[in-house]
Amino acid sequence: MSVDAPIVTGSARSSASLWGMFARQARVQAVILWRTPALSATGFLLPIILFVFFGLPNADVPYAPGITMGAYLLASYSAFAVSLVMIFNFGVTVSLDRAENVDLLVRSTPLPPLVHLAARAAVALASGLLSLITLFAFAIVLGGIELAAGTWLSMGSWLLVGSITFIGLGFAIAYLVSPNAAPAVANIVFMVMSFASGLFVPLDQLPDFLAMIAPYLPTYHYAQLAWRALGVPGSADLAVSLAWLAGYAAVFFAIAIRGYRGEASRKFS
Amino acid sequence: MTRPGSPPAVELRGTWKRYGDVVALAGISLEVQLGDIVAFLGPNGAGKTTAISLMLGLRRPTEGTVRVFGMSPLDRRARSLRGAMLQDVGLMPLLKVHEIIDLFRSYYPAPLQTATVLAMCGLEEKARAHVGTLSGGQRQRLAYGLAVCGDPQALFLDEPTVGMDVAGRRAFLEEVVTYAASGRTVFLTTHFLDEADAVARRIVVIDRGRIVADGTPAEIKARAAGRKVSFRTAAPLTPTALAGLPVTGLSVTDATVRFLTNEPEAVLAELFRRGTTMTDLEVTGADLEEAFLAITGPAGAGSAGAPPGGVSP
Repeated sequence: MSVDAPIVTGSARSSASLWGMFARQARVQAVILWRTPALSATGFLLPIILFVFFGLPNADVPYAPGITMGAYLLASYSAFAVSLVMIFNFGVTVSLDRAENVDLLVRSTPLPPLVHLAARAAVALASGLLSLITLFAFAIVLGGIELAAGTWLSMGSWLLVGSITFIGLGFAIAYLVSPNAAPAVANIVFMVMSFASGLFVPLDQLPDFLAMIAPYLPTYHYAQLAWRALGVPGSADLAVSLAWLAGYAAVFFAIAIRGYRGEASRKFS
Repeated sequence: MTRPGSPPAVELRGTWKRYGDVVALAGISLEVQLGDIVAFLGPNGAGKTTAISLMLGLRRPTEGTVRVFGMSPLDRRARSLRGAMLQDVGLMPLLKVHEIIDLFRSYYPAPLQTATVLAMCGLEEKARAHVGTLSGGQRQRLAYGLAVCGDPQALFLDEPTVGMDVAGRRAFLEEVVTYAASGRTVFLTTHFLDEADAVARRIVVIDRGRIVADGTPAEIKARAAGRKVSFRTAAPLTPTALAGLPVTGLSVTDATVRFLTNEPEAVLAELFRRGTTMTDLEVTGADLEEAFLAITGPAGAGSAGAPPGGVSP
């Protein structure tokens, strides 16, 4: 604080480390999420509730050779859990940032906006993983679901990889609709898609027209990752599912980036 | 703190900002030297927030250049050298005060200690309170704490005392003066002349996107402390009745004549000498908006600064 403090000294860093900013930003966003039960609790509780209602009563009912109905529904609800967390913990929180002018606050500091977004995405991924672990633990302990370690691992990892698509969907919703409408729109879009993709009730029990729409929905191809890891007969090729998810991700991110830039040019140019 | 060869803290050169058809800044040129304390004074809508937004890189100029420490305001090194306190930003209500201060400290290479920041913004006792529970004035002080927590070389404050009570305002301004005394550059916007006077060593008056005056507080006060004169005339005023007199902001509605001047006695003496008959004569102190008019009005800077002997037939 001395009067002759140099502006930029040769030895001192001229800006803070991006990694340090990212770590602190992620920590704070996790804290904010934890203090927003409407977002954090939903991602953890809703899949477990679904599993209690539909998975537990059918835990031992055979679905396919070597696969119980309980395990099949667990795979479906796992896909549901992770995509839900991505849309809400990323999309809706980004939308709240817009509503509360946090974007203006961020831009008034040295924090690069991309680090802010990356921290949000990292927190969403971490909470997706946490939600998955909670659901798996619940299914193992109370549901008596027994799967090989490799199956759990493969299901969990592919679901995390594919969840990028839903970060994109959340991001797109955050910039397509007003912050007030974002939670409702996210809810409706996501719930309808999940139902129509057979995440709540198996596809073969859905009305025909829904079963026809399903193969065009991102949630359907996302769930295929989990079903395939479980070895459900007739589940899609990994490459096909990933291609669909990558295509959807490209579309969602394109929409989001367009909205993001549009808003940036209105607010910050 | 100005050293040879070091670029000014802020440099605007021929800077225009248009929002569609609306001109917010009309070709401003301004240099703020390192260690200077500058107040941007002007009525609402004068372009103050636009100017500060350009300096912070939140907005881009339509024309002209903006440099901060000789760099683009978007350069991360430039951003790391300054702290900002803006209007209408979200302060993350779910965080605790010490948490948001720690978050902002992480943005800077050599931040102040959290305890120091809490003391500077007078929120030691609120360190563990949630930001959402703070009063309006406390929130303003927190915003100040977030602006200074990186120990910035330059501090940008946009209407910082809005929402503060009188005592809070005084304490806040003293804190800013203390901060500036350590050789830091401070740039603040305000629409209070007394506030600019209390803090700044230099006042830049802006109106309708143009700089209309730039000087020490004493100089600005001398020019802005206008008097408002109004009277009624029996016969319509002839176009030449006020010719050559140091008046601004002239308006004639029906039989009522109004204008601003720094020399009401001399002007009125000359009017009487010219044979103007008047009733309902009133001479009152002009408020700030009107004082700005004295500087900005059509007959503006030239006549307002005219010497006392400038009244001539």
